[in-house]
Amino acid sequence: MSKGILIYSEITSADYVHTVVFELSNKAVELAEKLENSPVMALLLVKPDLINEFKEAFQKSGFDKVFYVVDERFGAYSTDLFAKAAIQAVKQIDPEIMLIGATCQGRDLAPRISTALHTGLTADCTGLDILDNGKLAATRPTFGGQLMATILCKNLPQMATVRPKVFKPAREDILRDTTFIKLSVDLSGYEPKTEILEQTKKFVSEINNLDSADIIVAGGKGMKNAEGFELLKRLADKLGGTVGASRTAVEMGLASPDIQVGQTGKTVNPKLYIACGISGALQHTIGMKNSAKIIGINTDKNAPIFDICDYGMVGDAFEIIPKLLDALDQR
Amino acid sequence: MKIVLCVKQVPDTSDIKWTENNTIQREGLESIINPYDVYAFESVLRLKKKYEDVTITALTMGPKQAEGMLRKLLAVGADDAVLLSDKKFAGADTYATGKTIAAAINSKFPDYDLIVCGQFAIDGDTAQTGPSIANFLDIPQVTYVKEIIEYSESCLTVLREIDDCIERVKVKLPALICVLQGDFEPSRASINGIIRAQKAVIPVYGIDDTGLEPEDAGLKGSPTYVNKAFRAPQKDVECVYTDSCTELADAIKCCGGLNE
Repeated sequence: MSKGILIYSEITSADYVHTVVFELSNKAVELAEKLENSPVMALLLVKPDLINEFKEAFQKSGFDKVFYVVDERFGAYSTDLFAKAAIQAVKQIDPEIMLIGATCQGRDLAPRISTALHTGLTADCTGLDILDNGKLAATRPTFGGQLMATILCKNLPQMATVRPKVFKPAREDILRDTTFIKLSVDLSGYEPKTEILEQTKKFVSEINNLDSADIIVAGGKGMKNAEGFELLKRLADKLGGTVGASRTAVEMGLASPDIQVGQTGKTVNPKLYIACGISGALQHTIGMKNSAKIIGINTDKNAPIFDICDYGMVGDAFEIIPKLLDALDQR
Repeated sequence: MKIVLCVKQVPDTSDIKWTENNTIQREGLESIINPYDVYAFESVLRLKKKYEDVTITALTMGPKQAEGMLRKLLAVGADDAVLLSDKKFAGADTYATGKTIAAAINSKFPDYDLIVCGQFAIDGDTAQTGPSIANFLDIPQVTYVKEIIEYSESCLTVLREIDDCIERVKVKLPALICVLQGDFEPSRASINGIIRAQKAVIPVYGIDDTGLEPEDAGLKGSPTYVNKAFRAPQKDVECVYTDSCTELADAIKCCGGLNE
């Protein structure tokens, strides 16, 4: 039996387990079957009072074992402290595979763990599989999303990060008789070298809800100016959706990097994605092509965006959107 | 304050052409400086303008042609530049790259105060090399840095922008920071800068200068390897075109828009 698949279980600043953890566990359960039912395990670095609150969530998400380390200081993430604890914990657990969500925290922490363990880390995978020889095959986009590369790792643990929303959580509970195991690590001699002086939560209006939106109205270079994005906002508001942007639109200063969709932005999969003035470079489409339905509006009938659209309209979004808003009003 | 700025030359991924065999056509592929590294460079140029005794050494690992990119940085305001170039460095993954750059910094610039990287590189987009260098050097890191605020008493204060909040973080130097996209216009080269850059001698360091063994670097020193590479699959749908906004509104409705 293999030594198992370990999932780093990020606790968000609002004290809940990040949803990506359960997306990863659903995938890990599938991978574990190909590894002679090796255990699916979690690693939690958690404040002492929180662990009991999380137990049920792990028991019904396919976890066989949950390793946890408690410390008062784990209430707020810091690279040094978390890396020091996680590295020691992973050495004790000694897994075959380790998966980490490619969140801000995951992307900050994962390379410190992999480097310290002298192993490889494949970032932002969009596919994970087990080969016949039992190795993890991690597939990720590269070259701006135009080339896919399947990457293997010679050392153990074989580590990979996966963005939120790339894999789906289980539809039904995967009940397990989960064992909870407390680990001790040595954090004596830890001296913080970074200090958070101030933490300002962004206003709700500044937090994009791209992750959870059912409808996204996104704009690219063709939206030209602030008025263009104002039109997108009106359409999004009308449909109860939210606004997204391509990298080019962000680089042109039309939109905040927060709402960028694509390889260097967010991965989204809403029910409906309306791409306005977006040509459809793979850099962008890699982040939205799994949307259930895609509608494209573009002046260039040969724009590659139409290759992945369910519905398309050739024309200037500046003219089309106002008419579309009128037409929607009559619905 | 001695700053080492790590930059990467990347292929212009917006302009990729394919061969008949679905491999990337490398000939004629333009190389550019990684766009995120431009922001990293701008943030240290601002530090240099604001404080005395700030020096910027631009460092890259890559083929000999990367020298051109370094000269551009010298023309705009970097004080020195070095190129890590050796056949034995070729094929390095992020682990081996981090190890090589860390070893070079340790051996050639042991008195550095700050290492600055771009948050991502647009070709690989792993965001890993910076933290990997920091781990090899056993120094703290701050990722997702939006702005450098202040430098005083061997500490740097920065603004860090993550998912739902903005943090003001103070880090004790020596440290490494990874810089996000900023809102500034890139600085331009001055005539004097261009002349100085043309005359500058850019040292090229190989594996012997890093103190590493050949098995520590490049493909040999990389724990990961590419098993296969293939063209990204295209979604197989037939686009239904319309030229009527009424039909488009119907399509939106049937795709789940306008739910009451």
